[in-house]
Amino acid sequence: MKAEDYQNLSEKTAPKSPIMKDIILAFLIGGTICTVGQVLYSVYYDLLKFNVTDSKTYVSITLIFLSALLTGTGVYDKIAKYGGAGTLVPITGFANAMVSPALEFKTEGYVLGLGTKIFAIAGPVIVYGTTASVIYGIIYYIITKFI
Amino acid sequence: MTKKIGTGTYKFQTPVEVSAFSSIVGQKEKEGPLGKYFHKYSNDEYFKQDSFEKAESFMQKEVLNDVIQQEKISPQDIEFIFAGDLLNQCAGSNFSVRDTPVQFFGLYGACSTMAEGTILAAMTVDGGFANRAIALTSSHFCSAERQFRFPLEYGNQRTPTSQWTVTGSGCVMLSKENDANKPKIKDCCPGVVCDMGITDMNNMGAAMAPAAALTLKRYLDDTKTKPEDYDLIVTGDLGSQGKELLRILLKKDGITLGKEYDDCGTMIYDCEKQDVHAGGSGCGCSASVLTGYILPKMMQMRYKEVLFMTTGALMNPNTSLQGESIPGIAHLVHFSMN
Amino acid sequence: MDYIKAFIIGGLFCAVGQIFIDKTKLTPAKILVGYVVSGVILSAVGLYKPLAEFAGAGATVPLTGFGHTLAMSVKEAVDQHGLLGAFTGGLSGTAGGITAAIVFGTAVALIFRSHKK
Repeated sequence: MKAEDYQNLSEKTAPKSPIMKDIILAFLIGGTICTVGQVLYSVYYDLLKFNVTDSKTYVSITLIFLSALLTGTGVYDKIAKYGGAGTLVPITGFANAMVSPALEFKTEGYVLGLGTKIFAIAGPVIVYGTTASVIYGIIYYIITKFI
Repeated sequence: MTKKIGTGTYKFQTPVEVSAFSSIVGQKEKEGPLGKYFHKYSNDEYFKQDSFEKAESFMQKEVLNDVIQQEKISPQDIEFIFAGDLLNQCAGSNFSVRDTPVQFFGLYGACSTMAEGTILAAMTVDGGFANRAIALTSSHFCSAERQFRFPLEYGNQRTPTSQWTVTGSGCVMLSKENDANKPKIKDCCPGVVCDMGITDMNNMGAAMAPAAALTLKRYLDDTKTKPEDYDLIVTGDLGSQGKELLRILLKKDGITLGKEYDDCGTMIYDCEKQDVHAGGSGCGCSASVLTGYILPKMMQMRYKEVLFMTTGALMNPNTSLQGESIPGIAHLVHFSMN
Repeated sequence: MDYIKAFIIGGLFCAVGQIFIDKTKLTPAKILVGYVVSGVILSAVGLYKPLAEFAGAGATVPLTGFGHTLAMSVKEAVDQHGLLGAFTGGLSGTAGGITAAIVFGTAVALIFRSHKK
């Protein structure tokens, strides 16, 4: 059997993810996390009277705190098993991606284990997010200044 | 080279005896269908150690010491230990044997290591280099996960073809003795590396199935036997999809696997109930099933002729990131009670 | 009403992510990078701001919102400081979230230990 034929055979016989169920669960769980964010926003903006920007930042910080706590107590990955992208895409997924390697690699020491591995999964998000924003900033600068 | 038959099956001059064996597993394996058969288990995934790597070495030490005690011998009576695991630089084995003064060969054959070690141990015994030789392997879900995949607390969704690394270890002691009640190794067929271009790290079964098909076909051709001649043909950890692929591949070569065929990866867990997707994997999977279930069942004469074929996916995380495909290998050992 | 909008739009962002997980071989880290960079781009071309005003946390909590914050902060900083702003804006605007993740991550790692599955 040729390698190509075998790859097709393997593709064909592979069990498929239950995609409809996965999407619905991602929608429900992801939607819920965002709603929690909205409730927190109401608390900070309406109740505590912070300004818009500060309220948004507080929402992020609170969600990250909750995610870190759920990761440490071993709950987040259990929700993620069902939530999939619903727990990956919100900012809580970013926090989980930072906390979980830090927790895991503590056994290799606080500096070279925890300290370096904390960025192992989420590092690229900061790298490419920041780079994209700088590129945008430069383009925006050129446009506003010279055109 | 009188021991070589055909393309590369090796018949031992005097069948090599499996004098002693032992197995240890973790909680999830204990809860599986074979749970009651394993010699030892722990419900603590750390095995009372302070890291998963130490836990893995601890498991190996437990089964190694158990085998030595069963035979009422001292380490000096053993010539060689062939051991391997999934950790970088084969660390699990290096640390497990450091208190045992026996000549040591560290192996890496990914999940195929149990048969690899057994073949080498049997060859040294039959070749007259050793009176006793040991084959020993292990894997640990948590140490494998952090090395090959994600941190334990990371929330990722497993794909349906992914497999669950078995927390477990198994050890066999081979010797020149000749006790009629003990299983013997009659012949073996070491594997050839085979790569059909599968690149998905979460589909090891598909990467390894062609190697398994190749080894089994070579063995059956060399020995002029058929699958029906054996009571049990068992692969290491192809998982549910890999099993199906192996059947399809062999069928194209005119070999039909019947009821006698099974896979350690699907035997050790209840794939549905225990949520392990395609089944178990890891060197500890085939090793613990062999030593916990298959060999004891042979001694009860439930199985008389067994082909034990472990399969390995020979990649590392870097080669996968570089886009390389996954080479597979399968080593076969023939255990017999006759 | 704000809660329903947040639920639906946030849910949709996640549902799209699930299609990437199930239908492509993209790893989670790549999907996250894709979301952040998309957020920056959508924000740069002016599409994300109206969405964020409409959906609130439904648009700011998904990682595209992180990209949006990066882009908005850069824009503001360039307006104030010129070219320097392109370099200082992004991380200043997202400092709260990143710092929180680092600090809480470290704290949690110090207190807890990995669990078995």
